[in-house]
Amino acid sequence: MSTPTSSDVILSFQDLDIRFTLRGQVLNAIRGVSLDVYRGESLAIVGESGSGKSVFTKSAMGLLDANGSIAGGHIWYDGKDLTTFTREKEWLTICGREIAMVMQDPMTSLNPLKTVGDQILEAVLLHQDLRGAQARQAAVEALAAVGIDDPQRRYKQYPHEFSGGMRQRVVIAIAVACRPKILICDEPTTALDVTIQAQILELIKTLQKKLDLTTIYITHDLGVVANVADRIAVMYAGDIVEVGRCEEVFYNPRHPYTWALLSSLPQLGVKGQDLYSIQGTPPNLFYEVKGDAFAPRNPQALNIDFVERPPFFDVSPTHKARTWLLDPRAPKVEPPEHIRHLRQKGGYPHG
Amino acid sequence: MAEREKLLEVKDLRVTFGSKRRPFTAVDGVSFDIYKGETFGLVGESGSGKTTIGRAIIRVNPVSGGTISYNGQVISGKVSKAVDRQVIEKIQMIFQDPMASLNERAKVDYIVSEGLYNLHSHLTEAERQEKVSQALSAVGLLPEFASRFPHEFSGGQRQRIGIARALIMGPEFIIADEPISALDVSIRAQVLNLMSKLQKERGLTYLFIAHDLSVVRFISDRIGVIHRGKLMELAESEQLFAHPLHPYTRSLLSAIPMPDPVGERDKRLLVYDPSVHSYTPSDPPLWAELEPGHFVRGSQRELDEYRKQLEQ
Repeated sequence: MSTPTSSDVILSFQDLDIRFTLRGQVLNAIRGVSLDVYRGESLAIVGESGSGKSVFTKSAMGLLDANGSIAGGHIWYDGKDLTTFTREKEWLTICGREIAMVMQDPMTSLNPLKTVGDQILEAVLLHQDLRGAQARQAAVEALAAVGIDDPQRRYKQYPHEFSGGMRQRVVIAIAVACRPKILICDEPTTALDVTIQAQILELIKTLQKKLDLTTIYITHDLGVVANVADRIAVMYAGDIVEVGRCEEVFYNPRHPYTWALLSSLPQLGVKGQDLYSIQGTPPNLFYEVKGDAFAPRNPQALNIDFVERPPFFDVSPTHKARTWLLDPRAPKVEPPEHIRHLRQKGGYPHG
Repeated sequence: MAEREKLLEVKDLRVTFGSKRRPFTAVDGVSFDIYKGETFGLVGESGSGKTTIGRAIIRVNPVSGGTISYNGQVISGKVSKAVDRQVIEKIQMIFQDPMASLNERAKVDYIVSEGLYNLHSHLTEAERQEKVSQALSAVGLLPEFASRFPHEFSGGQRQRIGIARALIMGPEFIIADEPISALDVSIRAQVLNLMSKLQKERGLTYLFIAHDLSVVRFISDRIGVIHRGKLMELAESEQLFAHPLHPYTRSLLSAIPMPDPVGERDKRLLVYDPSVHSYTPSDPPLWAELEPGHFVRGSQRELDEYRKQLEQ
């Protein structure tokens, strides 16, 4: 596992703009986002639904819907600018082969009419130079590698014979069978139970070490990523508002939206009191967003938040946030009381 | 505890599916009481039978053993029409996925008042509309929304419609089956707050079914932990978190993700292995109360161990 300070960037987004055209209107889904992903790290992108976190990562695989397009900026991978790709053939050198994806819902991302083994075999045949019995052997090994018992028998079974957690393991096996460098996990555990969720996250972590993967998690639940992420990027209304090392974001969050996300976790709720909930709704991205996109929902917003979009201010070399609160001229605003002591609130015996 | 009024009593509940020759027992010998005005959390993994219990209470799944009584009256098995009607009126359910549980082709107006139609409550059109707009305002939606279709709403708003549909019947008891599992974190908080607000205003009693103990702790007064159709442990929620006894409860607690990276890194995940019990016919599992209100399932030998743990 590398530290974020190393300059070893594997995937780099620069000033990325993504637009969708819907019934003649233009929706600015991603608004000038820059982000570097370092080799071997695990990065979590956190945000509400509709914040653009899925669209953002899908753009690196050429999986945008037909009405979506990259309107500006660059995506650099391995010396190539992915935004210049136009043909399916070019994308096939990246999609799956270099960057693979685990989708949210294992109930819908597997083909119900094909055996699990055949679906893994498909990935093996496409992306590894193996044929016949060797390929089959590789597929069985892939099943065993994701912790499925008796892989020889399970190979011949259909998805409906697997439980939710086991199906998600199969989806991971397919993604990993492509031998990718980057694994994107789009809400990998949202459809699963808590106990299974912990096991799947554990599995992805082990695979990451074993196969030297770079992983990108996409999730709406900050609570889930404390265990798995090296770095966290918080996304709101098509923009990254705060990015930093995991400890920095949890113990020293600087953007009001990060405060709000942390505050609304039920784990921190006090019985008998209302849980913190963010007022209002995210901005409509069909219109141009003026100033800080979160300002209308932020009770402590400054006047300038409504006028001018804040730049990134550095908190530390690895931690930056896009909020006027970090400007030297800004008044001092403290984060809410109950998220200031997350370190102690964990409640687990340490050491 | 004796002074609290029992609203629902589940005794030795057994639910089986499949043919008589090869029955599958989904719920086996489950007993618990729910008191008036409290929130009872039922926690377990998928397939543990927690939803089946909820559905058995509202008479969707037939009961193959044991009884369920509501307000002292048996409501399981064959009952009179009047009792059936009472169940429909007084017990309502909120479902998990607001995307799937609302009729896509019906307007909110119809979705919310469908229960009234089914009950043949002889309301005039004006009275019905009045009730719909009251129910919608109670869950924080505008009465104008009645003329819209479900696809025009966000996930959180749809779940509010689901709650309004339950409220319009004027229920006393609401079964909430994973009401927030399909929602975003920020919307979860809104729906949970709404549920506790309604409980305070209307004196509702909840059966809250979920797989996530952290959410259940926040909302429940007492929690029952269920595994493969059998209750493992039942206690007041703070008691359960302070002194979890059964290994399955411990494994569920260890799986709760905490927003604390350093704590999480040192955390050890406990995996529950039912074979640690080695029950024998001479040492069968019992359901025993170890301290007031704290029940746990275990053999005599295990119970002795649990008692020792409690004393420490």
